[in-house]
Amino acid sequence: MIKVTELTKKYARNVAVDHISFEVQKGEIIGFLGPNGAGKTTTMRMLTCFLPPSAGSATVAGFDVLEQPLEVKKRIGYLPETPPLYPEMDTTEYLTFVGKLKGLSGSELRGRIDYVCERCAITDVRHKLLGRLSKGYRQRVGLAQAIIHNPDVLILDEPTAGLDPKQINETRDLIKGLAGDHTIILSTHILPEVEQTCQKVMIINRGKLVATDSVQNLQSRARGAELVLVEVAGRNGNLDSATVQRRLEQIAGVSRVIFKETHQNRNMFEVESQKGFLRGDLARAVVEAGWDLNELRPTAMSLEEIFLQLTGEEVTDKAAAKGGQ
Amino acid sequence: MRNVWIIFRKELRSYFVSPIAYLLLTMFAVIFGFFFWNSLGYFVFMGMESQMRGQAFPMNLNEQLIRPLLSNASVIGLFFIPMITMRLFAEEKRTGTIELLTTSPIRDVEVIIGKWLAAVSLYAGMLLFTALNFAFLFKYGNPDWKPLAIGYLGLLLQAGGLLAIGTFISTLTRNQIIAGAATFGVCLLLWVLEWVSGYETATWARVLSYLSVINHFESFAKGVIDSKDAIFYVTVIFLGLFFTSRSMESLRWRS
Repeated sequence: MIKVTELTKKYARNVAVDHISFEVQKGEIIGFLGPNGAGKTTTMRMLTCFLPPSAGSATVAGFDVLEQPLEVKKRIGYLPETPPLYPEMDTTEYLTFVGKLKGLSGSELRGRIDYVCERCAITDVRHKLLGRLSKGYRQRVGLAQAIIHNPDVLILDEPTAGLDPKQINETRDLIKGLAGDHTIILSTHILPEVEQTCQKVMIINRGKLVATDSVQNLQSRARGAELVLVEVAGRNGNLDSATVQRRLEQIAGVSRVIFKETHQNRNMFEVESQKGFLRGDLARAVVEAGWDLNELRPTAMSLEEIFLQLTGEEVTDKAAAKGGQ
Repeated sequence: MRNVWIIFRKELRSYFVSPIAYLLLTMFAVIFGFFFWNSLGYFVFMGMESQMRGQAFPMNLNEQLIRPLLSNASVIGLFFIPMITMRLFAEEKRTGTIELLTTSPIRDVEVIIGKWLAAVSLYAGMLLFTALNFAFLFKYGNPDWKPLAIGYLGLLLQAGGLLAIGTFISTLTRNQIIAGAATFGVCLLLWVLEWVSGYETATWARVLSYLSVINHFESFAKGVIDSKDAIFYVTVIFLGLFFTSRSMESLRWRS
């Protein structure tokens, strides 16, 4: 549905987007993940024909963004970071205006307006002025205008920015609900958002694409291994953690055992294994040694860690700078 | 064409949902009304004067009342034009709605012409109020309607040019006040440029006075359509809108 090859955007002094290539299949939701200023918005703006690329090409539904922008625009619904609302219009008027801009008219337009109002749960504010709406409603009206013409592709720039947790959940559910009919690209700098909504993640940093993969693959790829948390306790009250560690390391397939902590005679270990599903072996080994197995839990690496790993210290620097402000 | 109409309607509507249209219409009507009342008073006074002196000067409504009034209207218009155009693009840039327009399947030209036409229509509405004043002349006097109609055509053409310039200036900033002030400055300059012709006849002075929008209105006020003045206004309109479209294009390359 979307094909991007070597897309580049240069400004006078810096390169905002640096030779990015990717493809998005029909019906996919992909998350564009990166710290602020990584080039997410710029890439999206090039896809929506708002910005012309400096080099490279992008096609949406087979149409080139530079050569047939009108055709591309017909097939794209776009929600910029701040929803493009006219404060002096009410919701219905606004959707009518946008619908007409996108080429709808008459009963078809009225039908679509009813549909998107229902879908985005804005029916109760249909006759309210947009300038008077709360942030959550503005965002939903923004989404409604993006899907009014039933576009093949939806491009959402930080759709949950500035919303409260309840609104964030509602918006995410809404986006997930839209997934079947539309191909969706959404950008965010919030990691759990990607984990929860997207099938595929593209991590972008300093204008470069650092990784593209499914959420699961990224997680397993990050260390190429499964990580299991094991808690072992001695029956008689005292147990040397070094003994346990040695025993665990002897199990075939275990690559690394990291001692975490001892708390009231309970020893916590992180066991990293090359192959998956060593949990049975682990449990047997512990029990056979006459210890108690209190906990055995696989821990996936969070996207947060993967993200930091992939983007390097860059992010931590920025996070630190942010924290210091 | 359909897209121009969509933009035009949206733009005109937004003039009328805010107080701006009513304010402009009222102010223009009041100020022009005052000019009319004042000039009419003077006209009547002159008429009585010439009768008392026994001179049978034929008083001419068109020559002595309508023509100066039309010239006045063209100058009053200069002060109102910035207020009509300043928000056209600046506001869209400030609130980010420009992104909606530029990512919709609609050409820049259609947006620009739609907006400009809305501005011209509002100005035409303001002129309509002044026509009420002239209607009284037709009731009590016997003026010639043709020069009046041509005068209005001139007013519209002149405003069209200045509105196109204002539209262009509005694309340059996201601040309405700056757009308004700059447009006002340019309008004022284009008016006073012709003053140099009062004492100087060198080529540069002739060029400056040619650029003065007011100069080209003279023929229309007289009730004559001079093609070279009409062409001047049409050129200004065209250039203004052309620069607007260039500026809108460059918006994308720069932003």
